[in-house]
Amino acid sequence: MAEMVKNAVGRLVPQEINGKPQTPFLGVAKFEPTGRTVGTPIRACHHYPLDKRVPNLRAALEKVGLRDGMTIGMHHHMRNGDMIAVPLFDAIAEMGVKDIVFAPSALFPCHEPLIKHLDSGVIHHIEGSMNGPIGKYCSEGKMKGTAILRSHGGRYQAIQDGDLHIDIGIVPAPSADMMGNATGAYGPSACGSLGFALADSEYADNVIVVTDNLVELPCIPWEIQGMSVDVVVEVPKIGDPTKIVSGTTELTKSPTRLLISKYVADFIEAAGYLGQPFQAGAGGISLAAIIFIAERMRAKNLRAPFARGGSTKVLVDMLNEGLIGAILDGQTFDLAGVESIGEHPRHVPTTPFTSYNYHGKGNWAPYIATAVLGATEVDTNFQANVVTHSDGYLLHGIGGWQNTLFGECSILAFPLFRGRIPIVMEQVTTVCAPGELITVVITERGIAVNPRHRNGPAILERLKGSGLPLTTIEELYEIGLKMCGRPEPPDVDRDHPVAAIKWVDGTVIDTVYKVNR
Amino acid sequence: MPEQASAGRRDAKSDLMVTMTPGGPPENEIQIESSALHLFGKRIHEVTRMTLEKLGVKHTHVFVNDRAAFDWVIMARVEAAAKRLYPDLTGEVLPEIASPARPTARDRMRRSRLYLPGVNPDLMLNAGLFGPDGVILDLEDSVSPAEKDTARILVRNALRAIDFGSAERMVRINPTPAGLQDLPAIVPHGVNLILIPKAEKASDVTEVVNACDQIATRHRITDPIWLMPILESAKGVLHAEQIGAAHERVAALAFGAEDFTRDVQAERTVDGRESFVARSLVVLGARAAGVQPIDTVFSDVENAEGLRASVLEAISLGFEGKGCIHPRQIAVIHEAFRPKEADLVHALNVKGAMEEAERNGSGVISLGTKMVDPPVVARALRLLRVAAEMGIDVAALAPKKEG
Repeated sequence: MAEMVKNAVGRLVPQEINGKPQTPFLGVAKFEPTGRTVGTPIRACHHYPLDKRVPNLRAALEKVGLRDGMTIGMHHHMRNGDMIAVPLFDAIAEMGVKDIVFAPSALFPCHEPLIKHLDSGVIHHIEGSMNGPIGKYCSEGKMKGTAILRSHGGRYQAIQDGDLHIDIGIVPAPSADMMGNATGAYGPSACGSLGFALADSEYADNVIVVTDNLVELPCIPWEIQGMSVDVVVEVPKIGDPTKIVSGTTELTKSPTRLLISKYVADFIEAAGYLGQPFQAGAGGISLAAIIFIAERMRAKNLRAPFARGGSTKVLVDMLNEGLIGAILDGQTFDLAGVESIGEHPRHVPTTPFTSYNYHGKGNWAPYIATAVLGATEVDTNFQANVVTHSDGYLLHGIGGWQNTLFGECSILAFPLFRGRIPIVMEQVTTVCAPGELITVVITERGIAVNPRHRNGPAILERLKGSGLPLTTIEELYEIGLKMCGRPEPPDVDRDHPVAAIKWVDGTVIDTVYKVNR
Repeated sequence: MPEQASAGRRDAKSDLMVTMTPGGPPENEIQIESSALHLFGKRIHEVTRMTLEKLGVKHTHVFVNDRAAFDWVIMARVEAAAKRLYPDLTGEVLPEIASPARPTARDRMRRSRLYLPGVNPDLMLNAGLFGPDGVILDLEDSVSPAEKDTARILVRNALRAIDFGSAERMVRINPTPAGLQDLPAIVPHGVNLILIPKAEKASDVTEVVNACDQIATRHRITDPIWLMPILESAKGVLHAEQIGAAHERVAALAFGAEDFTRDVQAERTVDGRESFVARSLVVLGARAAGVQPIDTVFSDVENAEGLRASVLEAISLGFEGKGCIHPRQIAVIHEAFRPKEADLVHALNVKGAMEEAERNGSGVISLGTKMVDPPVVARALRLLRVAAEMGIDVAALAPKKEG
């Protein structure tokens, strides 16, 4: 086991992961990067025909020279409908190649069959997000290497900075031409934005576009440029459309979640953020909150210059009504979103580079007034966790969660307990963000503003006389303790790290340990 | 003695299934499966063990299949299963009181009352947060005959362990005489009001009052327990006045449309023509007896507009409250009951005129050139009191010229 060192949030983190040296988290805006971003090998166009098609995935992998130990990147716009990752690794296994590092921008329950390739050693470890079954597998210490979890922005940063070198980038594309120009806006497996594929298409040594909808040259718009693509593969189906986007985005029916959403909207209005740019999601509370926010903007005749999404019908309706001036769309969640991104000139696809990349000349996240987010745990210092549960199991990815904390007001909204399991804890199992970046916690049993957030004191001042159920994080913790009882600490093996959690700047903010069974 | 007994619900969120089999060592064998095992396994074991010990259960194998239920639910399910297995057990294992019940006023505001099935702990937990004027833990129609025993214990524990906030704590018992058996589980545990379903005569009320009084005396309960008989048959409706006047602790009369339409063999329609006369009779009977008339539930949860129309119609008939079966109906009901601003301004002006007349020692109250009759004054004062109860800042509405 690598030497562990205490970082700026007091957590022990490894100084070396999978043989690579690491920097511990130093504090917000403390790590100064040096050097230059990486580039791809220089190629000559005389090696590349206009028609880059090969018959199948195996031929594509052979063509780009897949070898043991390589790193394969892939975007997650096919979400739980993805039909590429599993056959891809079946093909790699057939080729007898081993020890691949798989670096997807997210994993879903449909990827559970990859476990057999982790078992057999075809996949050495995963650098990306985790989900239920693969997270459980990792938590039980079965993965050969140590997993690394990054935010969406962190993945771009790591690839650009050379922390994560992608040998082969796989780009499932709902429409593409024979040169590799590609878009997600249309085709039978349309997914809207293809933003998560940008880093792979720019920085991977080799890029394979996989499509089930070959279109006439040129594929317009080309969100992925054919000039970065090595090979194109046609397959019958890249995804199950019913699981890529939902037909309609359902509003939560849970009365508790609706109550929390109403508090979120009340809070945003009272804190003075109504009509300013906001981050939108498709989660139950966040989506319902946007509906309430739209009602209030309409009533007060307010208009926000833009929203960052996570686009859904709710957001598209706001754009068409003129309540927002533009949608900057990182991933499209429903059919109305897909349709709009293809047609509306002010509904534009964005990438983790423009939205979230911390090592760039700015990104959109700090210019967002409010982001409504979830958490699996928050502690009384407002440190928050989104990846592990209180029993120690690593079950979720970070997504854009860390990245969206840099706006004016980051809102963590959740029911105070899941069953009898409290969310506000004395200590979070895993720190995914330092407390100073969390502005407020909103639950059905009260709203706790963080006095140590840079905007906390001013917000508290503005909330005076608002009638909102204000409380403190300590009080929320006490309510949980009284109603649920004190949970036992997670039973984990501190000598056996299974995953590292990266901060947005590539430093290590916490370690996840093997769960004892 | 049965060979095995179970209580609770399997695979239901915030609930558990307890199965008991006689046999084994005196200290009981407890086996636990739980979605919260890593975090609360020891606690679940301890609560189970303690409950069995207090009940005096020994030599029993106990299997707990838990979905992250709270302690008060675990205690209720263990007690219920034990009593099914050993019918001679009489002890009660009571959870601590989360927040002591506050007594309520006979004529308090009862615009909305939220029904909560007595079998489902998950729906009870946050009920008070949605701001209903009352919550009803139901032992009657939402509980199947086979689960009356478990529901009684669960409702008892809920009354003690849940903080329902400012909501009035109501329980709907079963119709008398069977419903009298429900009373020992609720009267000592902070209930504010008991709903008596299918009331048809004054003695249905007095029987409940007498049984309550006996239990209350035994437990030294001094806070009043109000009664709300539900009139849901031809007989009940026609006896509205005598039921309403049966005892001074009757605070309200409620109408029950579903059973009523069945009883008179009519068809239930959206506009409710079949129950119009009955609802009016309930209002008349309640007013004659000096209690609040309360309307039936509106059962189409998705239809907010229909609910609003139905509440406005109820208000126009004279009703002071409406039942709800889903938290999202509460805000719609409260909004419909909210007095119009013009009426509040008028009431403030009337109050001002009254105060002026008092200052001048004049017996005649006049507003502008018009004389104001005493019933108008009484109505205005009542409207202002209700508005204050609803949290409307009446003082902020400066008296102004009425258009």
